[in-house]
Amino acid sequence: MIPLPPTAPPGVACADALACDVACFPTPDGYVDLVRAWREDGFELCADLCGVDYLGHPGRDLPEGVVATRFEVVVNLLSLERRQRVRVRVQAGDREPRVASLFGVYPGTEAMEREAFDLVGILFDGHPDLTRILMPEDWEGHPLRKDYAVGRVPVQFKEAPGPR
Amino acid sequence: MALEDLHHNFLTGRLEDMVRWARRASVWPATFGLACCAIEMMAAGAADYDLARYGMEVFRNSPRQADLMIVAGRVSQKMAPVLRQVYDQMMEPKWVISMGVCASSGGMFNNYAIVQGVDQIVPVDVYAPGCPPSPETLMHAILTLHEQIRTGEVLRRRGGATPPAAGSGGWTPEVPVAVRLGTPT
Amino acid sequence: MSDVTPETTVRVAERVERLTAETSEGPQGLLERRATELNELGREVGAVLRGTGLALDPRDVDVERSDDETMIINMGPAHPSTHGVLRLMLELDGEYVLRTKPVIGYLHTGMEKTGETLSYVQGATNVTRMDYLSPISNELGFCTAVETLLGVELPPRAVWIRMMMAELNRVASHLVWMATNGMDLGSTSMMIYGFRERELILAFFEKTTGLRMNTNYVRPGGVAADLPDGWEDDVTVICDTILERTDEYDELLTGQPIFRGRMEGVAPISAEEAMALGVTGPILRSTGVAWDLRRTMPYLAYDQVDFDVIVGTYGDNFDRFAVRLNEIRESIRIVRQCVERMPRGDYRVQDAKVTPPPRARIDESMEALIHHFKLFTEGFQVPAGEVYTAIESPRGELGCYLVSDGSPHPFRMHVRAPSFVNLQAVPLMMRGGMVSDAITVISSVDPIMGEVDR
Repeated sequence: MIPLPPTAPPGVACADALACDVACFPTPDGYVDLVRAWREDGFELCADLCGVDYLGHPGRDLPEGVVATRFEVVVNLLSLERRQRVRVRVQAGDREPRVASLFGVYPGTEAMEREAFDLVGILFDGHPDLTRILMPEDWEGHPLRKDYAVGRVPVQFKEAPGPR
Repeated sequence: MALEDLHHNFLTGRLEDMVRWARRASVWPATFGLACCAIEMMAAGAADYDLARYGMEVFRNSPRQADLMIVAGRVSQKMAPVLRQVYDQMMEPKWVISMGVCASSGGMFNNYAIVQGVDQIVPVDVYAPGCPPSPETLMHAILTLHEQIRTGEVLRRRGGATPPAAGSGGWTPEVPVAVRLGTPT
Repeated sequence: MSDVTPETTVRVAERVERLTAETSEGPQGLLERRATELNELGREVGAVLRGTGLALDPRDVDVERSDDETMIINMGPAHPSTHGVLRLMLELDGEYVLRTKPVIGYLHTGMEKTGETLSYVQGATNVTRMDYLSPISNELGFCTAVETLLGVELPPRAVWIRMMMAELNRVASHLVWMATNGMDLGSTSMMIYGFRERELILAFFEKTTGLRMNTNYVRPGGVAADLPDGWEDDVTVICDTILERTDEYDELLTGQPIFRGRMEGVAPISAEEAMALGVTGPILRSTGVAWDLRRTMPYLAYDQVDFDVIVGTYGDNFDRFAVRLNEIRESIRIVRQCVERMPRGDYRVQDAKVTPPPRARIDESMEALIHHFKLFTEGFQVPAGEVYTAIESPRGELGCYLVSDGSPHPFRMHVRAPSFVNLQAVPLMMRGGMVSDAITVISSVDPIMGEVDR
């Protein structure tokens, strides 16, 4: 586990994570500040950002003091120089998940945040263009939420001709 | 004019046969690659498989110049209106090959995003199975289509040339006039 | 014959209007300048990336320019040179591109949702269809994540088989890239050659895995089958042939004045801009950053083989081409070392909970039959937790974020697709270039739409 950057905001919990140097859990208010602190600390590339809907999950391991909410935003940062990976997991809320946008820190999160908005329905404050990206514009709902069905259509073989 | 006045040999035949023959030998596909199958479609047109043998290597970039749409890959809900538009832009006579299981039935992606069979949007003539179909399968599908053109009607009108209005619950499937791949004629 | 009556004209107009309405994606597309926020404008022209990261210079986004001087044209999604179903909207000033916006999602397959309904055993079948030019990389990314959660140690032979197959796949993928890139630039012969060489590799894949593409060969706990008899000869022939022909293509393209003219100095991107956008893979390496996960964060046995990381200098189209061309040679080098040093032993973990028993055992052992049945009906359980692992696919960092709740199905599977992120660099690269350069830019970014949209 590597130490938090010196400019990190208060109230960040840390934990060990698999295949990653540290997983940190900021408060929603300190989220952007923490990511900016990591960036200043040498993590120049934001590898990934995605939203997770934990509805129906039996309970996940969180460090003390972190209140689990239904939605979580997971950011994976990468330092090319130090060859380290850091994961930032922020609790985004239950009803109307909402976090601040990372666009000002890493412009490359633009498409990823749009995807998280489109598929999981997380709102990003300060995002320049928060529109759907993968689904059609008039689509209803956010498909990767747990209360959104897979949309399976039963397959019928009635019409198929019999064996030749 | 009496026959003995002619100085050349001649053959008689039905005009329809000639039209069918000509159509069969010059089916130009539109490049409509969607997913994995598109790569195999390109492989079929490249050196090892060489679609040119069937007079088909001229992949037209504009649907206006194409006779055959090879729907190569999964069709998403977002792509469906575009696909229909491309189909509508093609001139009659036109044919459709549904390449791969995703295009034919949704395949393993039975979910919210994928149209469960492209025959809900456009009428399909030949279904090619496989995920993705190997170039040989695609060629078999094309030869099956050739056989269908050779023996089929010269004048054929598709039912329901205008698609139903938007918002009326999606496209209604048209009456399938398809043959299964490998069906003996 | 007068078919064109006022009535038909109206009907056609209505139909066109309806089709336009149905195929338009509204605010997802490129809007007019005055309908776009300044921040958004800055993103579309890449201005937010310069300097310290967020200095937005209004001159960069030419806000004073009025709308009637420019036009917005649509390219795709059924455009032949967009490598699938990419749709680009370009704002043009004459022949010059000002703003670009990729509109994606035309191949959205819902794989992340489907992945939640499939067990970990079936999961590889699902992800292999994402990046259809390098299916082995996808499977590898997914399986690495599953194995990290499971905590299983792979037998050495499985590791080396995976590495060899992944490198062969990289060669095939780069060959197809060279083929399509050649076709986009009008070099049809390159198209024929690229696919010809790819067939060699696909034939070997078919022999080994049973399928040409979408192989589902790498599975959690190892690989699906051992290499076939006489594989050394096959692979050696592939290496010799492709290496020799790569030199020919080098000669054919690199020295070609037209090719150079269209590639050199076109669409450059700097290392800072690339990193700010999260771009990885050959595009990042072409800017001079020697970042290759195979070398910098080794997985499998890449720390035991000898190869070079290829870097460029200027980050332009030509550098991206050169990086990929030379990566073919480096991959062949790795494959040759795999042939020489392939260890003996098992090709999958001998853990009955993860690996299905051999077919012959099922007939004689009740226990094997039960294991087989459980594995293929229910799957194996993975300890609860979450993990993000990344590998170097031919297009960049392919990451897989898995959340497990202890059941046989992933609770959430997210794939960090390199093409999806790399595509964000397109507006920046396009800016100021000609429309004809747009084609080469798309081509040199090498987006695979199956992976972009998943």
